[in-house]
Amino acid sequence: MPPRAQRLVAWAERRLPSLTRFRRPEPLPIQLHRRRIYIVPTGFGIGFSVLLAVMLVGALNYANNAALMLTCLLGAAAVGSMLVAFRVLNGLTIGGVRAGTARAGETIHVSLDVGASQRERMAVRLDVGLREFVFVVPAGGATTVEFELPTEFRGWLALPRMRVHSRWPLGLFRVWSWLHPDRPVLVYPRPEALGPKPFEPRGDTDRGRPRPGDEPAALREYRPGDPRRQIAWKLSARHHGLLVKDLEQPAPQEDWRLDWDGMHGLDDESRIARLARWIDEARESGRRWSLRLPDGYFDVAQGDEHYHRCMTALALRP
Amino acid sequence: MTGFRPSLRRKPSSEPILDRRPFDLLCLTMGFVLLVHAAHLPWWLTTVLAIVLVARWQQRRSGGRNAPIWIKLPLIGLLLGTVIVQNGTLFGREPGSAFAVGLLVLKLLESEHRRDARVGIAFACFALMSALLFDQGLVASFFVCLGIVPALATLRSLEEVEPQATPWAREFTPVLLALLAAVPLSLFAFLFVPRLSSPLWGTPQSGQAVTGLSNRLAPGDMLDLMTDDTPALRVTFTGAPPPNAARYFRAYTMQSFDGKGWSPGYRNSRRPPSRADYGSQFAYQFSMEPTHDRVLPMLDLPTAAPADAIMRADHTVLAKRRVDEVTSFTGYAASTYRLEPSLDDEVRRENLQLPAGVGPQARALAASWVERYGEDRAAIARAALAMFHTNFSYTLAPEPLGRDRIDDFLFATREGYCEHYASAFTFLMRAAGIPARVVTGYQGGYWNGTARYLLVRRSDAHAWSEVWLEGRGWVRFDPTAAVRPERVQLGAAAANAGHGGDEGLLDFPWLRDLRDRWDVVNQWWNRGVIGFDALRQQGLLQPFGIARAEVSDLAMIFAVGCAVLVAVALGWALFQRREGDALDASMRRLQRKLARAGVSRRTGEGPRHFLARAARALPGQRNALERLSELYLRSRYGHDEPPPESVTRFRREVKELKTRRVVK
Repeated sequence: MPPRAQRLVAWAERRLPSLTRFRRPEPLPIQLHRRRIYIVPTGFGIGFSVLLAVMLVGALNYANNAALMLTCLLGAAAVGSMLVAFRVLNGLTIGGVRAGTARAGETIHVSLDVGASQRERMAVRLDVGLREFVFVVPAGGATTVEFELPTEFRGWLALPRMRVHSRWPLGLFRVWSWLHPDRPVLVYPRPEALGPKPFEPRGDTDRGRPRPGDEPAALREYRPGDPRRQIAWKLSARHHGLLVKDLEQPAPQEDWRLDWDGMHGLDDESRIARLARWIDEARESGRRWSLRLPDGYFDVAQGDEHYHRCMTALALRP
Repeated sequence: MTGFRPSLRRKPSSEPILDRRPFDLLCLTMGFVLLVHAAHLPWWLTTVLAIVLVARWQQRRSGGRNAPIWIKLPLIGLLLGTVIVQNGTLFGREPGSAFAVGLLVLKLLESEHRRDARVGIAFACFALMSALLFDQGLVASFFVCLGIVPALATLRSLEEVEPQATPWAREFTPVLLALLAAVPLSLFAFLFVPRLSSPLWGTPQSGQAVTGLSNRLAPGDMLDLMTDDTPALRVTFTGAPPPNAARYFRAYTMQSFDGKGWSPGYRNSRRPPSRADYGSQFAYQFSMEPTHDRVLPMLDLPTAAPADAIMRADHTVLAKRRVDEVTSFTGYAASTYRLEPSLDDEVRRENLQLPAGVGPQARALAASWVERYGEDRAAIARAALAMFHTNFSYTLAPEPLGRDRIDDFLFATREGYCEHYASAFTFLMRAAGIPARVVTGYQGGYWNGTARYLLVRRSDAHAWSEVWLEGRGWVRFDPTAAVRPERVQLGAAAANAGHGGDEGLLDFPWLRDLRDRWDVVNQWWNRGVIGFDALRQQGLLQPFGIARAEVSDLAMIFAVGCAVLVAVALGWALFQRREGDALDASMRRLQRKLARAGVSRRTGEGPRHFLARAARALPGQRNALERLSELYLRSRYGHDEPPPESVTRFRREVKELKTRRVVK
C-alpha cells in the first residue's frame, strides 16, 4: 500500500472507527458515544421520505394547507425518530464477557453484558456472526446476551467483530456501531481420539478391585442383605424403591505422572493432544495426576481447579 | 439481501410473521383511513370495505393466514370495475381516492409480514392526506391528523422486541408525545415552506363541485344550496348591523328567461354602471369563503366596487380574479336608494321579454290585472303578492313541476320556495308589461353576538325580484316574504323549521353561544391556516422589515430554521445527565479549573492525592487547595450523604479559587 493510502486508512481509522469496522480491538467495557454511532435511513425510511416528498409536492400544488400541515407533521415526526434512534445506542455500555470452557472443535458458550445507565433501551440488536439477538436493556441495569462461538484451534480465541444496532422506534432509521472487544476467550486443546495409556509403575496387586470406603460412590437399588445404615432414606423417599449408598469405591488408583518429555517421537501438537486426553481420562476416573511441561510443573493433585490450570497451560503452549 | 432466485416459485419468506398486536394496530389504521374517507365514498363501498376489514381481522385472529389468490384477484377486479363504472374513469379525485382506499383495505388480505405492514402504513399516510383534498375544515383536518397516531403506533410495534399486551392507551402515549415534540418543527416548516404561486399541474380544486350561487336559476336548482349549512360570508359592521329584513346580498340579476330558467342578460357586462341616487352610504367588511367564481354578493345596494373588482350595469359586482381562497373585501352600501330612475329602451325590452307559448294562464291572469288596475303598477305587484299570500305554501320539498313550470306552479302545485316565487312573480310582472328581473344572492344570516359579525351560510341563498317602477327605479319585491314572512324576518333556518327541520329542538341559548364560539374558531382556522397562501407568506416577514419575502429568502429561512430546530433537538438527544450529586459537579468544576492550570487528574487518581499534587504544583493556591481537599474528604466520606451546607461551602470555595498557569 502506498504511504498516502496508508495515511488515508489511518485517518479513516482514527476519524471513523466504527464505520470502517477495521477498528482495532479495544478493551472492555466499551461505552458507545456519538463519535462511533452511525445512522442511515433504512430502505423503508428512504421509501417513506420519497412518499413525504410526493405528499409535499401534492399539497403545495393544490395549495392545500391542511395536507401540507399533515406532511410537515409526519416529516417532523420522522426527524424526531432519528434522534430517538440515536439515543437508543448513545451511552450504551458493553462489558463483562464470561466464557464457558470448550475444547477445540466444540462450540464455546459466551455471555456478554450490555448495560445502560439511565434510560431503558428498546429493541437493541446485536449481530454476532450470522445470528441476531434482539433485547431490551432496562434502565440502570444490564442484559446478558448469550451466544455460542465455533472453535477450531486451542489457545486464545478473539471475540468476533460484533455490530450493535437498532431500528427503534419507527424503523425509518438504522443506528449502528461496530464493536471489536479486546477480550479473547480460552479454548482448550483438542484431545486425541485414541492412544496408549500413560506409563504406570506395576506391582499393585489389587488394582481395580473395589473395596469399601467412607465416601459414598454411587446409589443403587436395594438388595436383600444390605446393611440398614447404608440405606439412603431421604433419597428413597423420592423414589419408588429403596436406594442404598454404595460405599464401595475402587481402590485408589496409582497417580499418573504425566511428562512432556516422557513421550518420544511425537511433535508438539500430538504431545499436547495426548496429554489433554490423559488429563481428561484422569479426571473422569478420579485419578490424581501431575503434569510436567518444559516450562512448568503441576504437582500431583485432582479437582477442577487443577484440571483447568493444567489445560490452560496446555492450551497456551506455543 | 435477496439472492439470485432461478425459479419463480415463491421463496419461503424468512421474515417473521406479524404478531397479533401490530396486525391489530394495522387494522385500526386502515379502519381510520376508511372512516376519514367515508364522507365522500359511496356508502356501499364503505360498507363492503368495512366488512372486508372486520372479516380479515376476525379470520387472522382465529389463526388464519393469507387470503388465497382466487379471493384477492376477483376482489381487486371488482373494486376496479365498480370504481370505473361509478365514475367513468380511474383518474381524478373521487375515483382515485375510492380506488386507493379500496386497495389499502384489500392489502390487509395479504399482510403477513413486517414488510407488508410497513408498505401498508406508508400508503395509509398517503390516503390520509388525500382525504384532505375533499375537506380541509378544522374538524376534518383534526381527524385526519389523529389518523397518524395508530399509523405510527403500528410502525413502533413492528420494532418492539416482543409486543406485550399493554393497554392501548399506553401504546399510544409515546406516539402522542413524539407527535407533540414534532409540532414546533412542523409548524415552522409549515410557515416557511415556499408556496407555489401557480400550480405545477392541474388547477386547484379541479373537478370539485362547490355548491354556490350559480348564474342560472331554474325552480328546483337551488335545493342543494339551501340545505348546505357551510358558511359563505362573514360580515362585520362598524356600527349596528342592519335589521334582518334589510340583509339582502345581491349576486346576480337575471333578465333572460327561456321558459325553464333564468340567466343574466348578455348586454349587462358591456354597459357602465347605471345611475343610482342614494342618501347615505356605509362601509362594511366581509370575508368570503372560496367559491371558485368571480361574483361577489354585496349588501343591497352597492354604491362602489371594492378594490380588485368591477361593478356591472345592474350594480352587481364581479371580482377581477376568481375567489379561490378565503378573501376579504370592503363593501359600500346604501339602504335608501333609487336605482336607474330612467330606463333605457333596450333594457326595458330585455326586461319585458318572455318566451312564446309559455304560461298562457299566467298571461291571462296578468292581463286581467292590467285591465283592473290600469297604469297603477304598484297595485298590480301588490295584487300578485296578495295572491301568493292567500293560496300558496312554502316548502323545501315541493311537488315536481310539469312541462309548463309557470302555469303548473301558479295553478296546480302552489308550493315551493324562493326560486319558484321569484320566478313566477317576475313572469307575472313581465306579462303585465312591467319591467322585472330575478335577483339571486343571500338573504338574512346569523348574527354572532360573541364575535360581532354576521355569518351568512350557503343555506341563506335566496332569490327575489326587482320591478322597475316609474319614478322609483328598480324596487325590490320579495314574493317569498308574502308566503312566509319568517324567511325574511328571521332567516332561512326559521323558515325551514316548520318543515321537518330540527333546528327548533336544538335552539338553546347556551348551545347557540357554543355554536358562535365554534364558528369563531372555524373562521380562525380558515383565515389563519387554510387561507395562508403565497401572498400571505410573502408578508410573513413584515415585522422584521422585509415587505415582500422572496422565495429564495423563504427557502433560506426554512433551511436555516429547520437546521436550528433539529440542532436543538440534537442537543437534547446528546445530553446525558452526568451521574453524581452536587458535590461531584463542584469537583468536576475544580478539575476543569486545575486542568486549565496544567494539573489534570489522572485515571484512577484519588481526590486526596490529586489535590495534594495540585497543591505542590500551584504553590500560590496551596492553602486553598489543602482546605478544599480536607473539605471534600470530610463531606464525601464523613457522612452517608454530603451535608448541604458543606456542599455549598465547597462550591463557593471552588468558585473563588483563582488559578494561574504555572510557567515551568
